[in-house]
Amino acid sequence: MMEAAILKVRGITKTFPGVKALDDVSFDIQPGEVHALVGENGAGKSTLMKVLAGLYKPDGGEIVYQGAPTQVAGPLDARQKGILLIHQELSLSPELSVAENIYLGAWPTNRFGVLKKRELRRNASAALDALGCGFGPDVRVGTLSVAMQQMVEIARAEAFSANVVIFDEPTASLTDTEKDQLFHTIRGLKERGVGIVYISHKMDEIFDITDRITVLRDGQVQGTVDTCDTDLNRVTRMMIGRTLDAYFVKAKAEFGSEVLRVEGLSKSGLFDDVSFSVKEGEVLGLYGLVGAGRSEVVETIFGVRRADAGRLFWKEGRIDLPTPRQSIDMGMALVPESRKEQGLVLMMGGRENTSLPHLRLFSEVSIMNKPRELAVFEKYRSALSIKTTGPDQAVSQLSGGNQQKFVLAKWLCADPKLIILDEPTRGIDVGSKSAIHELIADLAERGLAVIVISSEMPEVLGVSHRVLAMSEGAVVAEFEGDALTEEHLIDAVSHHRGEAAA
Amino acid sequence: MRQTMNGVLRRHGLVLAFLVFLAGVALNAEAFLTPGNILDVLRQVSITGMMALGVTFVVLTGRLDLSVGSLLTLLTVIVVDQHNIAGPFPAIVMTLAAGLAVGALNGLLVGFVGLNALIVTLAMLSFLQGLVLFYSGGSNVNVQNAQETWFAVFGRGDFLGLPVPVILFLVGAVVAGLVLQFTSFGRRVYGVGGNETASIFSGIDARWTVFWTYVVSGFTTGVAAIIMGSRVMGAQNTIGQGYELTVLAGVILGGTSLLGGSGSVWRTVIGISMLGFIQNGLLLLGFAYYVQWLVTWAVIIIAVWIDLGAKRGRILA
Ligand SMILES: Nc1ncnc2c1ncn2[C@@H]1O[C@H](COP(=O)(O)OP(=O)(O)OP(=O)(O)O)[C@@H](O)[C@H]1O
Ligand SMILES: [Mg+2]
Repeated sequence: MMEAAILKVRGITKTFPGVKALDDVSFDIQPGEVHALVGENGAGKSTLMKVLAGLYKPDGGEIVYQGAPTQVAGPLDARQKGILLIHQELSLSPELSVAENIYLGAWPTNRFGVLKKRELRRNASAALDALGCGFGPDVRVGTLSVAMQQMVEIARAEAFSANVVIFDEPTASLTDTEKDQLFHTIRGLKERGVGIVYISHKMDEIFDITDRITVLRDGQVQGTVDTCDTDLNRVTRMMIGRTLDAYFVKAKAEFGSEVLRVEGLSKSGLFDDVSFSVKEGEVLGLYGLVGAGRSEVVETIFGVRRADAGRLFWKEGRIDLPTPRQSIDMGMALVPESRKEQGLVLMMGGRENTSLPHLRLFSEVSIMNKPRELAVFEKYRSALSIKTTGPDQAVSQLSGGNQQKFVLAKWLCADPKLIILDEPTRGIDVGSKSAIHELIADLAERGLAVIVISSEMPEVLGVSHRVLAMSEGAVVAEFEGDALTEEHLIDAVSHHRGEAAA
Repeated sequence: MRQTMNGVLRRHGLVLAFLVFLAGVALNAEAFLTPGNILDVLRQVSITGMMALGVTFVVLTGRLDLSVGSLLTLLTVIVVDQHNIAGPFPAIVMTLAAGLAVGALNGLLVGFVGLNALIVTLAMLSFLQGLVLFYSGGSNVNVQNAQETWFAVFGRGDFLGLPVPVILFLVGAVVAGLVLQFTSFGRRVYGVGGNETASIFSGIDARWTVFWTYVVSGFTTGVAAIIMGSRVMGAQNTIGQGYELTVLAGVILGGTSLLGGSGSVWRTVIGISMLGFIQNGLLLLGFAYYVQWLVTWAVIIIAVWIDLGAKRGRILA
């Protein structure tokens, strides 16, 4: 028999123009449980959680919190009531200190509105200590890593003695070690009776840490099951209506001539003496922990960063380090790591975002050809099954995964010769993820050279013909064929780190 | 969503307030809604409006151009003075060339050197004011053959019952609107304003894009100076003083965001016209000239407040 739920929602409905994001949703959170919320991109997971955290007002339905019907007036109100949302995209103020961020908007003040600095520091450091964070309350948040920033958000759970903590895709940018630490923290919260909601597209995590799973589909609850009574296939079927092969499709290993060769690329402080090459039809994986310098290397090749030294060869001819424009015109494409900062103009719709890197291809004598833009938009909307109400719906209104698909679309649509994919499946649901893996294989078989950066080991191993292991800015090992195994990669990366630490 | 709805309501509130104001003035000053007065307002608006077209490009990239006020003074002095020296046609060419040159200099400093737009154009504002005094030696200039020159057509002429300056402004607005809506340059402007980093990752050279928006702004101010010189048939050393703020107020009143990336030419046309009627209405009601400045100030504050309010709503929603 379950204890009384801390939080129940009954019949919640939320409509945006053109989309019913939540349709009569009911579910509950017990104290001391980790409750998974899963579903395809755009199923309504983030929307539901934003309703609980007071960011959206539902059109209908009720929230029962600690036994009493409750109105959540806003994010601060939610926090003070003990409901804490840890966002899909972190939302801290980089210029403020850790302590100020923990209490953002609810700083302790005296009668005259003057900040009680000492109390703020004391409370903040108590919260940080309780979590075992390795940094103090005075550090500026902008200088912290993503994982540390997340700890700052979690510290709010301590500071406001939260009863419900919601994690929206918390591990998207964490290394494995950081993920283990996060899970340790989550288990700690759980022991203290906090109810936890855990949203993720990574099924292994779901089966590792959660007690119950609720599946959302098109804004409706498909059902809630106990994690120990179910399996991956059943959950997948509830999510997308079919099961998926556990196998990766790898492109046939038929390579053409060399497309890109890099020799001795260096940038002090970021990476050192990086050399590799990639051929037509080949998928080259770059594996490494977050912070290994992989993104910096490809950004330099593409031309958004400057190098100190190094030589590039494009189709066997020596070239100067290009500008992004030259790279694109040669036939290079870079799907960048961060969709909101580097990938999309959020106020534009899918149509305009897709054509942005190729304005010349989509125009005649500088006049934009809108029918051509629309045709390409429609092509990728259906090819990648992107959920959007139309070509001009601002991409800021799309779910995280659907935004990511437009980043892919804008780089695929001009038929590049070399495509570099930096974490291409971050935040993408299981169904679309395997579609993207198939797409990668398909691109390679059509003769493109592909470079894939991923922190997910099965993904790198599954799609690549050859993998370079990077650590601390250097290529430390290269594997292909039978040598492509998890053990080898882990060994290469951690061995090197061990050496560097010693 | 709730917050954005609020933004919409507040914006409609602004239009409503404007209509109430119009009605109020019309009831108290009979001259207000006469065709003659309306055409007068439109004539005045055609000058600020022409400048605002170019400034809209700059603001869409998330930057400012405060130099247009003294640029208008300088160019008006040049067009009038050169009209006397070299004749109307060379005067017009020189004025437009000088406008383009100043725009290019702003664009170089902001786009390529990467200096702060506010600082650069504010410094340019005061530099150009100095240049005006240097050029004119402190005295006002007048067109000597004001009665016979064809130069008069730009500020005083009529065509099909409409003042030529108003026609120039409308044509300019249509061209600017088409450029922003339908060309790849327009797309770059919105891209750079909306997300500069993502635009750079898309191979757009943000430096050139910014550069050209300032060139456009210099050019439209040049056209405005020709209208001004032709209308006044002379130029004082302070003729464009304060225009930079009126123009900016019109642009943001129309709803083009100071943060860049959203807005349009037709919004600017509406904003700058509203401002024109407000200022004219205040004069007709018998308020002193300086009351216009208080009102312009209030309009800027309210419009920016609404803009940021709506933005914040969007981020939360
Ligand atoms: N502010 C908004 N305006 C309009 N539509 C919105 C807005 N926010 C979300 N939506 C729509 O609501 C639906 C649900 O979005 P939501 O972000 O909740 O999905 P999600 O399940 O979190 O997906 P993902 O796994 O991709 O993060 C989507 O179709 C999305 O486009
Ligand atoms: Mg989401």
